Amino acid sequence: MALLTREQIQKLAALSRLRLSEDEVEKYQKELSDILDYVKLLESVDVEGLTPAYQVTGLQNVMRMDNIIDYQAKPSDMLAGAPKNQNGYIQVGRMI
Amino acid sequence: MKSWPTISTIADDVKNQKTTAVSNVEEALRRIEQLNPEYQAIIAVIKDRSIKRARGIDETVALGGAVGRLAGVPFIAKDNFLVFGAETTAASNMLIGFNAPYQSTAIELLEAEGAICVAKANLDAFAHGGSTENSDFFITKNPHDSTRVPGGSSGGSAAAVALHLSPFALGSDTGGSIRQPASFCGVVGYKPTYGLVSRSGVIAMASSTDTIGPLAASVDDAALVIDVMSGVDPLDSTTIERTTSSYVPGSSSTSLKGKKIGIVKEYFGEGLDDNVESVIRAAIESLKQSGAEVVEVSLPSLSLALAAYYIVVPAEISSNLSRYDGQRYQHSATDTESLAESYEKSRSEGFGAEAKRRIMIGTHVLSSGYYDAYYKKAQLVRAKIIRELDAAFSDVDFMVGPVAPTTAFKIGENTEDPVAMYLQDIMTVGISLAGVPAISVPCAVPVGSMPIGLQLFAQRGQDAQLLSIAKAFENHRAAS
Repeated sequence: MALLTREQIQKLAALSRLRLSEDEVEKYQKELSDILDYVKLLESVDVEGLTPAYQVTGLQNVMRMDNIIDYQAKPSDMLAGAPKNQNGYIQVGRMI
Repeated sequence: MKSWPTISTIADDVKNQKTTAVSNVEEALRRIEQLNPEYQAIIAVIKDRSIKRARGIDETVALGGAVGRLAGVPFIAKDNFLVFGAETTAASNMLIGFNAPYQSTAIELLEAEGAICVAKANLDAFAHGGSTENSDFFITKNPHDSTRVPGGSSGGSAAAVALHLSPFALGSDTGGSIRQPASFCGVVGYKPTYGLVSRSGVIAMASSTDTIGPLAASVDDAALVIDVMSGVDPLDSTTIERTTSSYVPGSSSTSLKGKKIGIVKEYFGEGLDDNVESVIRAAIESLKQSGAEVVEVSLPSLSLALAAYYIVVPAEISSNLSRYDGQRYQHSATDTESLAESYEKSRSEGFGAEAKRRIMIGTHVLSSGYYDAYYKKAQLVRAKIIRELDAAFSDVDFMVGPVAPTTAFKIGENTEDPVAMYLQDIMTVGISLAGVPAISVPCAVPVGSMPIGLQLFAQRGQDAQLLSIAKAFENHRAAS
């Protein structure tokens, strides 16, 4: 029995900004369910007294001076990968 | 194809004008041209820029000027490093045509010492995979048997070094992506302590475990590259201070006398190939003969690492890949009515199946209602794994085991079942979650066997000590 329904896959795709074909919905329903089935083995693990290890360096609030530095790229270079840009801004399609 | 001299020999020869940087670069380009049609390790060559840089180094030498420790040494970078002179694609259709506006810090540091990037290596798209079969472009072949995978995701880099296309290559390792291809291709692969090498300018996969490091022909070569790349970078706020002025093992520091090495019991369970097991046990025997005290250690939580990894990492991937939205970087769908439609269509066209799979898993485990059960639980299990490793390292200096349960598998063998492919990572991901340094060093293997790497790992920050013991193992293997 699959852990995820077709509707859940469609909702996940929408949240992920992906559009899936009918075949893909079926494929991912099976594959994602298999993966979630595998990771279920964590359910019964005793983690009493532990705090989540979101990172391993122990570094916190790393600061640097907010100065303009002489860098390899100019702002216009940074925009060159955007499919459409105009006057130093990325141009996008209609929003509403 | 003939081996390259060691990196320091190449640089010395360039400085002493026994050879030139230009001839080294031309030799690397010639080897790529000759071997790449068969093995497909390389996505793009960097011809004009590399020759120009080589000429500059040769001119400096001719004028008696100072050149760096890697003067005139050609290298190859995995195609998720931002490098000038060729496109940076991460082997994904999403980024075809993308020219890096700046270079990664690692590349800048290598170039400052005179190294020259001559090509970009193939990988699983966005570094998602363990075989290089997930490249959107082509599958790299294992240099020891072209019907087999080179491993992954840094499969192109490992194959390039095994084919002697260049003296070393750069890879990235999020869950084993340097170590496993190194093992499969019979080269040295080093994953440093998390934070030791800046990731600025390397396309992000999972930021809490992403590391970058070298694939090389020897431990000394790998150590020299690490030495050049390590240290705090203001452009990567997760970088940590160096713990030593030099990561290169001295010639006298390679005895194993007085070193205590733990064999991880759980690595020798079900699923470990017999040939791999006997080669690894023989390697451990050689560590003993070199004077090390070898004891068995138990890390029961390691069996949970893969499940924790395949929650944490997709979660971070789903966040990191959100920037590929059809507006900012390269691929953008045509004929879309609205911004929302452009997002969906561009991402659906640009991402391959594995990226989509991981994005959706990540979205699921981070979504409200599932976050505590999956993501938070996985990070708690990660804390348990780290606590267990820390406790074990209070008793032993190093730990040892295989890199992967098998040797290089056949192309196509694991592509139908994502979980079977993920199981390839079972011996490397726990180490990644804990951020400890690890290395794969080739073992002596029986005639006809595919290469097998010994995985050695140490506590966070013990990179110099780990490289030193890896060199001792390598020396002993060469002598026996």
